Amino acid sequence: AVVSTQSTGDQKKKTRVMHAHKIRNFLLVLSGKGGVGKSTVATQLALKLTKAGFKVGLLDIDLCGPSIPFLLGLEKKEVLSGSQGWIPVHPDHPEFSSLQVMSVAFLLKSRNDAVAWRGPKKTAMIKQFLNDVVWGDLDYLVIDTPPGTSDEHISVTEHLVNILHNRPKAVLVTTPQAVSLIDVQKEINFCKKVGIQISGLIENMSGYVCPHCQECTHIFGSGGGKALAEAEEIPFLGALPIDPKLTSYLSSNQDFFQTYSRPLSSLKALDDFVQSLT
Amino acid sequence: MSDNLAPPPPHCPGTQSEEAGKSSACIGCPNRNICTSGALRQPDPAIAEIGKRMQEIKYKILVMSGKGGVGKSTFACQLAFFLQEAQYEVGLLDVDICGPSVPKIMGVEGESLHQSMLGWEPVYVEENLAVVSLGFMLNDPNQAVIWRGPKKNTLIKNFLHDVYWNKLDFLVVDTPPGTSDEHLSIATYLKESNPDGVVIITTPQEVSLLDVRKEISFCKKVNLPILGVVENMSTFVCPKCKKESFIFPATTGGAVKMSQDLGVEFLGSIPLDPMVARSCDEGKSYVSLYPQSQTSIAYRQVFTNLLQRLTPRSNPR
Repeated sequence: AVVSTQSTGDQKKKTRVMHAHKIRNFLLVLSGKGGVGKSTVATQLALKLTKAGFKVGLLDIDLCGPSIPFLLGLEKKEVLSGSQGWIPVHPDHPEFSSLQVMSVAFLLKSRNDAVAWRGPKKTAMIKQFLNDVVWGDLDYLVIDTPPGTSDEHISVTEHLVNILHNRPKAVLVTTPQAVSLIDVQKEINFCKKVGIQISGLIENMSGYVCPHCQECTHIFGSGGGKALAEAEEIPFLGALPIDPKLTSYLSSNQDFFQTYSRPLSSLKALDDFVQSLT
Repeated sequence: MSDNLAPPPPHCPGTQSEEAGKSSACIGCPNRNICTSGALRQPDPAIAEIGKRMQEIKYKILVMSGKGGVGKSTFACQLAFFLQEAQYEVGLLDVDICGPSVPKIMGVEGESLHQSMLGWEPVYVEENLAVVSLGFMLNDPNQAVIWRGPKKNTLIKNFLHDVYWNKLDFLVVDTPPGTSDEHLSIATYLKESNPDGVVIITTPQEVSLLDVRKEISFCKKVNLPILGVVENMSTFVCPKCKKESFIFPATTGGAVKMSQDLGVEFLGSIPLDPMVARSCDEGKSYVSLYPQSQTSIAYRQVFTNLLQRLTPRSNPR
């Protein structure tokens, strides 16, 4: 009897490890700098890919500051545990119900709880997200990351490259000012060092149009992202201006997906990128 | 500090934990015996030594935020400039290891730290303003610092233990976003140094407040006193029509309501000015370049409120 339970245990382990093997493409959203719009870009990218007909998962590995559930209006949802592992959360809206979402925020008791974890525990959690979540068959798993080049980034890359034998691709996000570009430059060097292929760089918060006089102010400067992409010879995916419409969608209590159905012209760069993948 | 250190096993309870050497994760770990012996559970002797070194410093202020890009480094640097102008002896320590921005903002990029008999010598921006950052230790400023937690912790310990600040009125510590290794280490190593507390920076929108509430829970958990909350990028004044608008709308009441809800002090709001980003890129003090701007006035008000929150202390020792 002991032998048989052990073998089913092994089998269970095997099927679990297989979860992430059914994912064809891994897209990491990276930036050395915080608060540049990684989570917003990751969310919008996942939604646009879903709309384009792909099977998409969205994994949030920002363990200390998870924003994805809030940005998608899914904060009240819970992760269920099935026989195969954790079942990811999905939006109710019929057009986006195939999107699979996973974040540490779904596992916390209160939204104010702090996750005060050191590196090894974060690494274990990330492995669990990749191995023990029933992702199903996916065309793309979009992975939203915290700022920096530390535990989370090393762990997720190691797992994808060494265990899943996949070469992940990255979308880098920056804002135009020099202080942000230095950190993104570091992230580019990180990608080169660990073998992540860079799909391109997005310049976010590039200009703000005053709602009173329509004057466009480059609050954080402009053009820095493009210049960096050219200097590093990586594709420049475009600039996203600060769009008060988008920020109000993201922070309104209305049904996010209803409002989202109207496409925003400010996100054209992302549309073009998704187009290039189809 | 070698690059070839084996990472600790996943679920490692931590060498200082009660569970050290006893948990299921410890089976097969080469360090299990030393953990089981209890030798590592003694408090790190460095904590007391750091406490001694910190006696030379009158006030220690930490700048934190759960969220990135809200202006922690900008605030820390402007505070340092402000205190320096007020003729205090000021030290600024940057513990953001993967993304150190302080050297750039302070206009001392490309400088390096030196060793002396007394310890590591900080970089001096002015006679009474000293800066320490990992940015000064990199051969190539673009080099990515791909370090896991333990290596970051060692560096932070060295920064606190080995930097020779001389006597200071203020030490301002700038931190990376989050509630992880760097923050736990700072809290641990300053245990016997009586830090005055933490200034929490946020922007008004809910997606930022969400992470900042976590930071406040964290501070309460590790017993770091909270000096107050600052709301940055509150409003934007159009340079053309001079009218205000809200780029990051405070749909949930902003930092004022959050501070009330969580019972922490609110220190004030700072409006967004494009010249702040430019001064930071050029490494100049915004508060002294544009003393008359609304944003500078707001900064000074917040700094004054902050200083009033400090418990008055006599000279060090």
